[in-house]
Amino acid sequence: MSTTASNPKDLKKYTDPKTPAGKAADYLDQRTSIGVAVKEFARKVFPDHWSFMLGEIALFSFVVLLITGVFLALFFQPSMALVRWEGDLPQLHGQLMSAAFASTLDLSFEVRGGLLMRQIHHWSALIFMASIVVHMLRVFFTGAFRKPRELNWLVGMTLMILGLAAGFSGYSLPDDVLSGNGLRITDGVVKSIPIIGSYMSYFIFGGEFPGEHIVARLFTVHILLVPGLILALIGLHLFLMVLHKHTQYPGGGRTDKNVVGFPAFPVYVAKMGGNFFFIFGVLALMGATLSINSVWNYGPYDPSPVSAGAQPDWYMLFLEGSLRLMPGQAEIVTWGDFTLSLNVLIPAVVIPGLLFTFLLAYPFLEAKVTGDRREHHVLDRPRNVPVRTGLGVAFLTAFVILALAGSNDLIATHFHLSINAITWVFRVLLFVGPWFTFQVTKRICLGLQRKDRELVLHGHESGRIVRFASGEYVEVHTPLSDQERWLRVNYEATRPLELAPAADARGVKRKGYASEKRWHQLSRFFYEDRVEPVTPTELAAAHTTHDALAAADERGGELATASSHSADLER
Amino acid sequence: MSDSKTPSTEIGPVDGSELATTDRFADPGVPEHKPRLTDTDPKAAARSERIVTILFVLSVLGTIGSLVAYFAVRPDGTVPGVRASTLWLGVTLAISLLGIGFAAIHWAKSLMSNREYVDERHPIPSSPEVREVAVVALQQGVEDSGIARRGVLKGAMLGSLALFPLAVAVPLISSVGDDWNVSKFRHTLWRKGMRLATDPDGRPLKAADLTVGSVAHMMPDVSTEVRESGEWISEKAKAVILLVKLDPEDIRSEQRPGSSYDGIVAYSKICTHVGCPVALYDQQTHHLLCPCHQSTFDVADGAKVVFGPAKRPLPQLPISVDDEGYLIAEDDFAEPIGPSYWERLR
Amino acid sequence: MKALAARRHHRAAPVVLLLMALLAVGGVYAAFAPSPAQAATASTADIETGKKLFQANCATCHGPSAEGTDIAPSLVGVGAAAVDFQVSTGRMPMAMDGPQAPAKPPQMNEEQTAALAAYVASLGAGPAIPTDDQVDPTQGDAAEGMALFRTNCAMCHNAVGAGGALSSGKAAPSLMNTSDRNIFQAMETGPGPMPVFNDAVITAEGKRDIIAFLTEQDKGSAGGNPLGGLGPVAEGLWAWVLGLAVMIGGAVWIGAKSS
Repeated sequence: MSTTASNPKDLKKYTDPKTPAGKAADYLDQRTSIGVAVKEFARKVFPDHWSFMLGEIALFSFVVLLITGVFLALFFQPSMALVRWEGDLPQLHGQLMSAAFASTLDLSFEVRGGLLMRQIHHWSALIFMASIVVHMLRVFFTGAFRKPRELNWLVGMTLMILGLAAGFSGYSLPDDVLSGNGLRITDGVVKSIPIIGSYMSYFIFGGEFPGEHIVARLFTVHILLVPGLILALIGLHLFLMVLHKHTQYPGGGRTDKNVVGFPAFPVYVAKMGGNFFFIFGVLALMGATLSINSVWNYGPYDPSPVSAGAQPDWYMLFLEGSLRLMPGQAEIVTWGDFTLSLNVLIPAVVIPGLLFTFLLAYPFLEAKVTGDRREHHVLDRPRNVPVRTGLGVAFLTAFVILALAGSNDLIATHFHLSINAITWVFRVLLFVGPWFTFQVTKRICLGLQRKDRELVLHGHESGRIVRFASGEYVEVHTPLSDQERWLRVNYEATRPLELAPAADARGVKRKGYASEKRWHQLSRFFYEDRVEPVTPTELAAAHTTHDALAAADERGGELATASSHSADLER
Repeated sequence: MSDSKTPSTEIGPVDGSELATTDRFADPGVPEHKPRLTDTDPKAAARSERIVTILFVLSVLGTIGSLVAYFAVRPDGTVPGVRASTLWLGVTLAISLLGIGFAAIHWAKSLMSNREYVDERHPIPSSPEVREVAVVALQQGVEDSGIARRGVLKGAMLGSLALFPLAVAVPLISSVGDDWNVSKFRHTLWRKGMRLATDPDGRPLKAADLTVGSVAHMMPDVSTEVRESGEWISEKAKAVILLVKLDPEDIRSEQRPGSSYDGIVAYSKICTHVGCPVALYDQQTHHLLCPCHQSTFDVADGAKVVFGPAKRPLPQLPISVDDEGYLIAEDDFAEPIGPSYWERLR
Repeated sequence: MKALAARRHHRAAPVVLLLMALLAVGGVYAAFAPSPAQAATASTADIETGKKLFQANCATCHGPSAEGTDIAPSLVGVGAAAVDFQVSTGRMPMAMDGPQAPAKPPQMNEEQTAALAAYVASLGAGPAIPTDDQVDPTQGDAAEGMALFRTNCAMCHNAVGAGGALSSGKAAPSLMNTSDRNIFQAMETGPGPMPVFNDAVITAEGKRDIIAFLTEQDKGSAGGNPLGGLGPVAEGLWAWVLGLAVMIGGAVWIGAKSS
């Protein structure tokens, strides 16, 4: 789509500019060869789809986090030195508190716009994590993690984990009762780690919990280490996206070798720029009208109190729920009188470890059982990969059940249920739920694929009923357009890997057969149930039937074959 | 065709898979571009342009409004004042931002060309020629450095590179852990004869003051100076207890002499699960619930766990009264309080 | 008035008039009805009335002379404060058996409640109904109150008194619409699962400070809508169902083909 200026006179205009803008560009280009970048990127084509903007929400809420975070950092004092607060709020006036908490109160109540910035910052953090999750879901369900994007999936995963770290460290900074109890839980989890647990607790808190250092340490983590890493990895994430060029949804003319869409300049500059302002605007509205983390209600941290509804921000709820569901009997004393707190280790370390390992390993696992080494740039429709979609929904189910379990006390009060009963229900659901949703989702996907086949073979219902001379009624179907059909037939129904025999031609047992067999079993789990796309031959066969029907219809005569083909007709 | 009774394993061409690879539909190509109303109707285009302009102007008004709000609505430190200031600043900021956002997006959607372009993708791997040159370049570099021939040098280099991080890591790690004396977990401030004081106001309490069904949150009776020092918080984090007065007949666990007094029992308030303050006492069932993870302890039965993720009972603080009738500790806790850790029983 | 005249013959007019009349009568009654402070002094007649009310409404469970039965505790020595709390919040008489007696519209009017309280108080000494001075938030110190509240109350009733869950289907109720008098009485008498906080544990001034802190909460949240005061779970829910949903809606709009 590059347009070349072939006329030498026109070319002269570019090499010897007269306008101020042209001169500025010339100045820059002579020093940076920016012309190459502009040529490369100005009209670069990006495919358009709303779901491609989910990652953009994450990116832009991160930018808002940086902007508001700088504001907050200018007023916040990361110190646990005790001060007496002389502010105007009656419920805290004259109380002894850490400088961190006091400065949080000051920047909320004394600094104009301070509370607004704090609330926008916190809402942005919640939205940042939420949009990362939905972005990951989009990438997962459409298979955008496949070659060549596996590494970028890992970068994205790391970004999500860093997001958790950023959120957690920031949440604890105001040094209030709620976040302080969160830190105490963290301390309890760290202490449960075998052998080094106690020392890790000292490492984190600079002595016994809570000590006088943790806020300053978390501050450094929150405003330097983690955002620095996030920025660097966002750079890498976007660089890889540009290098690979964006994936596109299936459709006419879209292949693994091209990319169909709108040019970056001006369409995406306007759309992305507009989206940034839109997202910032929504966050500003939320910050203006909805209170969030009102720390003056919790009070400065004191190890004695705790309040009902003691929960972390939503993205840590799954850990909270996991801790709540685990029965205590798992704590054991090993040989030599060492305590192994499996009641903490399993929910706080093993379960999140399993969830994250599944996400990290999935692209490689799927590539292995698919036996596929090709590049993929056209996305899958989720229904066309039923087992992947089912696994994704099962994963999501487990995550949601854990998050709900982390809110079980609020469920109990709002629905007048017993908290003990809810806990037991969730204990069972954590195992049954994902299995159930996996089966249901897989069946729904296969059903949708069959529906696609039906539609391709027999067309849309037209609503026109025809009566045959035999007295039978049929509905006439209108065939699909080329584009409609292409969307429904342009996929591959992957088959399970072929397993070579255990012994070669000379009867010698092959090495690695056992491991191959296990992979083959896994491959069968993935691809045993499948629905093949319609082929032209099949469509032609279906049409023959229809033509016969139509011909019979025209003749108005008897239709001898009607009953044998009745399966083709919606009756 | 798709008979619901047959398994879904093989729905598709019966002729075999060879056909499936060749017998495919042809790509119909990129759909034809359909012009929008604004492409064909100049009036619609003019209308869109007007809307975009109005939105940009709205944003300018929002910005001006936010400046007005900044100077006009001053928060006075009170709740309603701060709320008004936050609301006005935020809403005007939102108008200023949303105006630009909606304008830019509407402009892009209605007035900029929506003709789709097709770019070719370039192969991601470098070409064999490039790879060859790259490999040769690396080989030449290795050759130049002579690292393959100079084995000792290589070892020395790798050794020094592997070890140097220690020079940074050891001071860093060993400095941040204070004195690493983790045996502090075992002891709290409680001593024989130390009075129990109410939390947070620090009044000692007489045994006679408590009625059945009472619960009091207590801490060691120390001076105000200690309570206002920086170290206090870490001591309080271990020493807080919950004092419960039961009908002595309700106590089911065996109480050794000197552990409870006249139906009054004292248990550590720190959960043996992960350390939340356990404080939700139900005087009807004598159950003590942790609001963080719902571990439930039976105060009438030695604070044993009856539900939830904790395993061990809450440690009991032995108590009695002094000459004036005030409640005092008889000793420190017999075991470390709070969450389990590896060497807890050693 | 013109509009009213035009509608004079509307079919609903009698109903509206009747409603207005009822409202007026109710308003007049409310204005002249005896307040609890006026009814605080118990006469022998009150005790007699209270005894009759007790026999009719309470004796089935609490026993004919309030000495308690297998299903309900003795009321000897619980004091007028306990009766006033239980009856004026509608918790007693209980409608049906459950994990705990829920608050509901009171079944007895103020006079009847006062008579019952007088009767039960006559059975044995117990906490009296607090005076207006004792529960006056303007005389309390909200900062002291907050310190006391978060150590003694927040773990069950939530940091701002929004309520919370207890074990086995019980719950600590929200304090947002509870009267100052009832809050004082609840601390003093320990109704249901709630423990007792007598004047030794939380002094009478401390209780008033707590009431002052809770009254501060009526000003609402400095940040805008308090989202029920429920904390991070409610905030997370709003982030998803409002914030992210609107942004995804925006993305759909951006990505949609314009016509």
